[in-house]
Amino acid sequence: MKRKIIVAILAGLVIASLLAGFVGCGQQRLKVATTTSLYDTGLWDYLEPIFEEEYGVELDILYAGTGIALEYGMRGDVDVIAVHSKAREEQFVAEGYGVERVPFAYNYFLIVGPEGDPAGIKDMSPEDAFRTLYEAASSSFISRGDDSGTHGKEKAIWASAGYDYEAVRTAGQWYVEAGRGMGPTLLMASEMQGYTLTDIGTFLSYKSELELVPLVEEGAILLNVYSVIAISPEKHPGTNIEMANNLIAFLTSPQIQELIGNYGVEQYGMPLFTPCAGAEPQS
Amino acid sequence: MTELWEGLVTAVKLIISLDPEVMEIAGRSLAISATSSTIAALICLPLGAVIHSNKFPGKRTLINIVQTLFSLPTVAVGLFVFVLFSRAGPIGGLDIMFTPVAMVIGQVILISPIMLGLTISALSGVDKAIADTAISLGASGLQTAVITLREARFAVLAGLIMGFGRAISEVGLSLMVGGNIAGFTRTITTAISLETSKGDLELALALGIILIVIALVINLVLNRVQQR
Repeated sequence: MKRKIIVAILAGLVIASLLAGFVGCGQQRLKVATTTSLYDTGLWDYLEPIFEEEYGVELDILYAGTGIALEYGMRGDVDVIAVHSKAREEQFVAEGYGVERVPFAYNYFLIVGPEGDPAGIKDMSPEDAFRTLYEAASSSFISRGDDSGTHGKEKAIWASAGYDYEAVRTAGQWYVEAGRGMGPTLLMASEMQGYTLTDIGTFLSYKSELELVPLVEEGAILLNVYSVIAISPEKHPGTNIEMANNLIAFLTSPQIQELIGNYGVEQYGMPLFTPCAGAEPQS
Repeated sequence: MTELWEGLVTAVKLIISLDPEVMEIAGRSLAISATSSTIAALICLPLGAVIHSNKFPGKRTLINIVQTLFSLPTVAVGLFVFVLFSRAGPIGGLDIMFTPVAMVIGQVILISPIMLGLTISALSGVDKAIADTAISLGASGLQTAVITLREARFAVLAGLIMGFGRAISEVGLSLMVGGNIAGFTRTITTAISLETSKGDLELALALGIILIVIALVINLVLNRVQQR
């Protein structure tokens, strides 16, 4: 009797599993690895149902830093990637992992910090701001530290300011590596009342949770371009190249470009992205 | 402190209103963990009985290894499954990366040592005379094993609950091989991780409370079964 009950319960759980947990395993799916800064702004949540409706496919969005997204792409675990690190994207395509790099939107990075600005970097150039933070070594700088596109941009600014990144990384307690996505890093910077480099999209969508203000917003180096790249079917024949191309066509189509350009206006009073269908924006 | 209170209030609201998204996530958590627990139990109960009832060189060492694997880090199992099933990996052609199937495989690997180890120790607690009597009355090896398992059912069930508890509460593995895809591989724990990173602490806490409620219900059901 007891065993019958146990067996019945286990069987019930298994049936429930089959019904509930694995719905959708057999459907056509498209896997996209996207940078956390696009995910955290909610842009994908907004576009996903439109794409799914139009193409009758389940869009699986994986959020990861650009470094991990590229790794997923190299391994063929996703069909398409949406990232923001030009040099690495070009290398990715040159090595044959990606078909083509298609820029679809851009915005700018900002250096944000506590309202009081203890290090006094307001309105400096990005390079001067970093030099000041390094010299002062008193206010915390929270780095993404996760090999993401934003982290790559931060390294580029340190290089442009004349520093060796390894030396900065180990310069002292003021330099903090979060090792997390953009949203969590901003929350951490706010909590520690430190400085950080952020894309404007994530900053605006987290603004209500943060006690941070934009301090440095001008500088050609702060340009932030988002591209989408289909994984090459020659490297990984199992990937869904047809649907990946559909997604790229979708993102660069005039209607969706307009939606991207207006995204955030209602909620934040200004757009989070400037659309740039297929063309490299000039800074 | 206000977050804790608001988390509790949010949890109660979400449960009472049967919030469709939360229900879906909770259902998926339960489904995936129940499946992996069932599979692990189907492997570990017979295997545990076999290991218990046979004498062989290295038995003590084997049990030590199994017990050591109780502490398997979830992210390490995640990494192992990822490297194995990634398309560039040795069995990548199965195309199960970032699906619930990969999560179940990972959880089976994660909880099998616990279920196996606790089954063996449960069986060791059974009076040896019972097995001897069964054999002297002409029971086959299989019948003897079933009798011993039945005798140890309380301890065995505790092991199964323990395994299930580890499966439903782990997050590192699910994030790594499931990818926390909304509507497909998002479970309670990965949702907590995401909501925390978004700074939505109330919702994260509420989901944590819902997880505990699910565990409570499962335990109550299994305890009832035990007491019959």
